Amino acid sequence: MSVDETTTARSTSLADVAHEPGAAKPDPILVADHVVRRFGGMTAVDVDHLEVQEGVITALIGPNGAGKTTFFNLLTGFDTPNTGEWTFQGRSLSGKSGAAVAKAGVVRTFQLTKALGRLTVLQNMLLASRDNPGENLWLSWLPFLWKKHEADSTEKAMEILARFKLDTKANDYAGSLSGGQRKLLEMARALMTDPTMIMLDEPMAGVNPALVQSLLGHVQALRDEGMTVLFVEHDMHAVRHISDWVVVMAEGRIVAEGPPSSVMKDEAVVDAYLGAHHDTDLGDDSLLDPAVLARYEAEEEER
Amino acid sequence: MEEFLRILTQSAGEILAPTTAAFAIAAIGLNLHFGYTGLLNMGQAGFMLLGAYGFGITLTLGGPIWLAFLIAIAAGVVFALLLGMPTLQLRGDYLAIVTISAAEIVRWFGRSTLWQEWTGGASGLQGRYYKDPFHALSFLPEGRFALGPFEYINTGSDSWFTRIFAWGLVALVLIFVWLITRSPWGRVLKGIREDEDAVRALGKSVYSYKLQALVLGGAIGALAGVVYAIPLAISPDSMGGRTMTFFVWTVLLLGGAATVFGPVLGSMIFFTAYMFMRTGMRALSEDTAVGNVISTTQVEYIGGMLVGITLMCLVIFRPQGILGNKKELAFNVR
Repeated sequence: MSVDETTTARSTSLADVAHEPGAAKPDPILVADHVVRRFGGMTAVDVDHLEVQEGVITALIGPNGAGKTTFFNLLTGFDTPNTGEWTFQGRSLSGKSGAAVAKAGVVRTFQLTKALGRLTVLQNMLLASRDNPGENLWLSWLPFLWKKHEADSTEKAMEILARFKLDTKANDYAGSLSGGQRKLLEMARALMTDPTMIMLDEPMAGVNPALVQSLLGHVQALRDEGMTVLFVEHDMHAVRHISDWVVVMAEGRIVAEGPPSSVMKDEAVVDAYLGAHHDTDLGDDSLLDPAVLARYEAEEEER
Repeated sequence: MEEFLRILTQSAGEILAPTTAAFAIAAIGLNLHFGYTGLLNMGQAGFMLLGAYGFGITLTLGGPIWLAFLIAIAAGVVFALLLGMPTLQLRGDYLAIVTISAAEIVRWFGRSTLWQEWTGGASGLQGRYYKDPFHALSFLPEGRFALGPFEYINTGSDSWFTRIFAWGLVALVLIFVWLITRSPWGRVLKGIREDEDAVRALGKSVYSYKLQALVLGGAIGALAGVVYAIPLAISPDSMGGRTMTFFVWTVLLLGGAATVFGPVLGSMIFFTAYMFMRTGMRALSEDTAVGNVISTTQVEYIGGMLVGITLMCLVIFRPQGILGNKKELAFNVR
């Protein structure tokens, strides 16, 4: 199947999906229900239902404080919800630790990049390798038991690093990389675990524009290899450019879903980002009229 | 001049002293905690004291010597599990608070009259109760032996056999730690030191690795306590106190954390310099006009203060220690 055909297949797979929050997908890989996280009196996340389609790039967008990263942390076991359950490939992941979620095949990256500074780039990569017998304390002092795994992983790591143009830096400390290179390293490291689904928390944040293009290319390449991608992003250009489906969060809830071309025009999305009265002319004399103001306030109350 | 030579010889004698070996072992254990895993263990003295008690009490009660070593190690393991299981889920600094208080609890239990029958209370356990089975292990002939200016009896408290045993143990522990830390297992520990969330996100059980490191380092600390107690006695106040912990930290940071030979080199340099400083000051105080300012009784206290100042200067000016990789530490982005 050529790339064009897969793209067509992908867009058709989502063609019949309703453009509404919590829409059912034909092949959902991740399904979340009633996920609620409260911090004191504030409800940070309150997601009734979300399905993430397998094999496509889904973007999770929303204004600051919408609860996107908190939702990410809940799904990946880095935070505990007050209520809610979710499944990945039909198996429940709710209440599982971050390590268990990663073992199930969902690997994540962080908004503030977590390159392991005092390890070399290659060591960062090798650390991510799965089922390394040498990581067992009882076997660790017997190198002949893990030399082969180590050699195989090194080969694989160098291939991935070459793809991300980091292979020349393999023996440098990760702490010496630039911010953008660290983002690349984090993504490359995530790939070392052979994930089924990859969750990227603001992959473009703090990356210089020249590198954004190549990062976008890498994300698309992941999808074309069959991985499911869910990413949080602020950069609307990036979202429009690469995502197949967009989920919009505001004040902890999912307010809209749809393909990138139409979802930005959704009234709920515009409201979420700009406020419901963004096109009200503040120079309008009618605003001085108490009756009109009262009407706006009443509208605001209802929302 | 003769006096100066005597001071030099006495200081150089510290290089191979059993105490130096004991601190080297304790620092190797702490290195596993702090240097590799980033765990702030401020209670290594507690592990040492427990190990010494385990060893001394078993022998005092007439147990065989292999059992005494096993019980010493087991004491360190149990203490590490007790400390680690509730606290390793929390963030780093909590472990420091818990370990420093736990070490104090061990010391206070040791000096209380509660178990005086076994621990000897505040005055501790005299060496004569447990030294004989250890000296019976000696393969050296009776008599004394002189190596250059260093002359000790072959078998006894401050003897060649104690030195051979202590440094043999240092070598064993060193090889063991070198083997396990250069492996992928050691790499996971270093990953945890850098950022445990990143390691968790890659599917490793961080808690289990931290507990393994704490237990291993603690068991090594308990062995260090045994080595420390063999030529001396077991006294809770001199062994289990905070001073002991800070000496171990100074030794580790001086030699270089996260290096293989750092703890050994650090211990040798530290005790040589410490001895030189104290004997030198004492000689000056006795024989020269310095005595009018610093009396001989004050020398110990000044020595302790200077160790504190050295520790501070190390952390500020050369955090990587003598053997540490400057490049590795230069990117300590936080």
